[in-house]
Amino acid sequence: MNDTFEPVIIGFTCNWCSYRAADLAGTARVKYPPNIRLIRLMCSGRLDPTFVLKALTSGADGVLITGCHPGECHYLEQNYKTLRRYLMLRRVLTQMGIEPERIKLVWASAAEGVKLAQEITDMVEQIRALGPFKSRYPLPLNPPEVAHVQPTAERGTA
Amino acid sequence: MSKINHSTTERVGVYVCHCGTNIAGVIDVEAVAKWAAEHLKDRGVVIARDYKFMCSSLGQELIEKDIQELGLTRVVVAACSPHLHEATFRVACQRAGLNPYLCELVSIREQASWVHTDKHAATEKAKAILSGGVERVLHHAPLDPLHVPIHPATLVVGGGIAGIQAALEIADAGFPVYLVEREPSIGGHMAQFDKTFPTLDCAACILTPRMVSIGSHPNVTLMTWSEVTNVAGYVGNFTVTVKKKARYINTDLCTGCGICQEKCPKKVIDDTFEAGLGYRKAVYTPFPQAVPKYPVIDDVNCTYFQKGTCRACEKLCPTDAIDFKQEDEIVTLQVGNIVLATGYDVFDARRVAQYGYARLANVFTSIEFERLSNAAGPTNGNIVLRDGVTVPQTVGIIHCTGSRDRNFNNYCSAICCMQSLKFAHLVKERTGATVYNFYIDIRTTAKAYDEFYQRVLDEGTIFVRGRVAEVTDAARMPNEEGKLIVQVEDTLAGRQRRIPVDMVILSVGLEPRRDSHEVAKLFGISCSSDGWIIEKHPKLDPVATMTEGVFVAGCAQGPKDIPNSVAQGAAAAARVLGRIQQKEIALEPVRASVDESKCSGCRICNGLCPFNAILFHEDRMVTEVNPALCQGCGTCVAACPAGAISGTVFSNEQIFAQMEGLLLHNIERPPMTEGVLA
Repeated sequence: MNDTFEPVIIGFTCNWCSYRAADLAGTARVKYPPNIRLIRLMCSGRLDPTFVLKALTSGADGVLITGCHPGECHYLEQNYKTLRRYLMLRRVLTQMGIEPERIKLVWASAAEGVKLAQEITDMVEQIRALGPFKSRYPLPLNPPEVAHVQPTAERGTA
Repeated sequence: MSKINHSTTERVGVYVCHCGTNIAGVIDVEAVAKWAAEHLKDRGVVIARDYKFMCSSLGQELIEKDIQELGLTRVVVAACSPHLHEATFRVACQRAGLNPYLCELVSIREQASWVHTDKHAATEKAKAILSGGVERVLHHAPLDPLHVPIHPATLVVGGGIAGIQAALEIADAGFPVYLVEREPSIGGHMAQFDKTFPTLDCAACILTPRMVSIGSHPNVTLMTWSEVTNVAGYVGNFTVTVKKKARYINTDLCTGCGICQEKCPKKVIDDTFEAGLGYRKAVYTPFPQAVPKYPVIDDVNCTYFQKGTCRACEKLCPTDAIDFKQEDEIVTLQVGNIVLATGYDVFDARRVAQYGYARLANVFTSIEFERLSNAAGPTNGNIVLRDGVTVPQTVGIIHCTGSRDRNFNNYCSAICCMQSLKFAHLVKERTGATVYNFYIDIRTTAKAYDEFYQRVLDEGTIFVRGRVAEVTDAARMPNEEGKLIVQVEDTLAGRQRRIPVDMVILSVGLEPRRDSHEVAKLFGISCSSDGWIIEKHPKLDPVATMTEGVFVAGCAQGPKDIPNSVAQGAAAAARVLGRIQQKEIALEPVRASVDESKCSGCRICNGLCPFNAILFHEDRMVTEVNPALCQGCGTCVAACPAGAISGTVFSNEQIFAQMEGLLLHNIERPPMTEGVLA
């Protein structure tokens, strides 16, 4: 594997638990690699699966999805929907010939800064081992509309 | 990678904070600001500054001045977490005439300088984070917070000591309170107790005056024998449906004289108040000082309801207050805030089979012992064995029954140590028996608690440190005949012991109400997996919940003693009163909305909302989101296959723009160089 490869990971956090876990990791000065860039959502339930596909096609090598623990969702039960979408996404990625390990779901409560930092560290190493994400299909890097992201055409080039 | 092609006419100001050395010690903040001024110029950045402390008044003035002098239309601050200072910078923008929602705070402290050691990489990451913020803020729209009026009435659910305290505080401040209690009387568990630790004042003596105040308070509407069945609405404006179960007593006529209870021929074992140790009648008040004084007829046990005969109470009631035809009544209340003080259930001691409760007659639970030792209880306060006459010579008290135990509950129930010490004192005082306390650790951490422990030690109670393995009646030695034998490893002496006793008291732990998950769902709040209600912040916001306008007090939030329950009841009341005094509350305008022209009426979103905010119009075959009920999670936005639902503050455009910014798609860059993050 290329030693100089530094993966870029887009991470989605919910406002109530996992973003606060990231804050806590900071306050407690827990260290993790700088390869992750976080986007705050109100709830992991806001995660549209196209966000993940868009991140991958826009240059991210992996996507981390985080939320409150099951049963602790600020919006009662929306993280269960995240879980369903995550499982679906892994299947879709596999069908597209993309390693499902490029996406990861982590539950982190507001008290779990250390856990989140560890999960990020593990994921960076995992993506580093997988190597840079190169789609098997020529994807438009900046599609004008999200709806067009999914690689439906030009399958023959795979 | 190519540059994104859409241009902007916005004028963005960028402010990078040093935070002393908290950020500047790791990140080259000047380089970040310079980079933004140069590379994000095409993205609308007209000024990029760095400053020692952006949150200081001078830092804020810097922003305000630039808004006015440079005509900024967007502001991005790269500093600490938005949970800390988002409000600060929004208010600064507002002062300068810029809509506060056109300001974005990105975190380069918690997410970069504090968690990374490589200065170069951290600086590059800070640039990316800032770039994400700039792209995002370009898609922001001016918003107004939602102003919601606060209805002055409050609903308190649960009439234990926490609920009583909350209700009295609010009522004394001059605002109406509805106190709803499931049992026929308020008082809760505290009414069952004999003495309260550590002062040993009689529970009834300190509780009943409070109960009377509730019953007679002009601002309190007391609804006992009632349950909340539905909660609709939102902070400031809840519509609560309460089911008043039929009492079969006309409370306008009843004087509470008690003749019906005296004459009722049907005796029923009282599982609730007397913990199964005593009897009540089929028409009853749980205890003599009950508030309200009106009895209820238990229609499951009443001879008239079961067999159609008897009617003794009806014949003998001097005021004709018995009304067998009464039916459940549904009442609708309008309230602005809700305090949940639903309390706890005690651990079911039968689950620890090796302690023999319900199998060995003289194994008692702590609640049973409370009733035994209570002068108004079934034995008039005489501490006796199950036969009702024999005074025990030796008593073993087992701490932590069902608590601090991986098989049952991991948590400490907080009150059992003190409760066990209180029992030890009472047994000693009333019977002179030898008392053994079997404990894991003694936890006596509040005011005057440890002094009480010292007192019980001085009285000669024997403390054995170790978790009891078994309570059995199988004697091995002559001195064990006819006794209960407590098998325990004395971990201080380092050996197994068998201690014969006459009576065992299990200090059972506290558990969440069996229906706590349903109650939480009813009120739109959440429980931990144990079932305790989750507070907004365990330290800094212990009585608020994540749902605006719903507060929690007492043991519903977690095991606690009477002083702490009272403190929480008062604290919740203070929070409610603050709200009422403000008359209205400003809510974040994070809401979903449906573009009807795009909605296909597929109804995929309809089942996703836990707040019932999504309505479907059958006539037009389109869905609508009620902004008053919507909490802004965005799950429906993510699910809509037509992209018809959008979320303010978290729209697709904003998130995609931030992503492009984070991945630096927005700038012209040289080909990737080694060591620099893509």
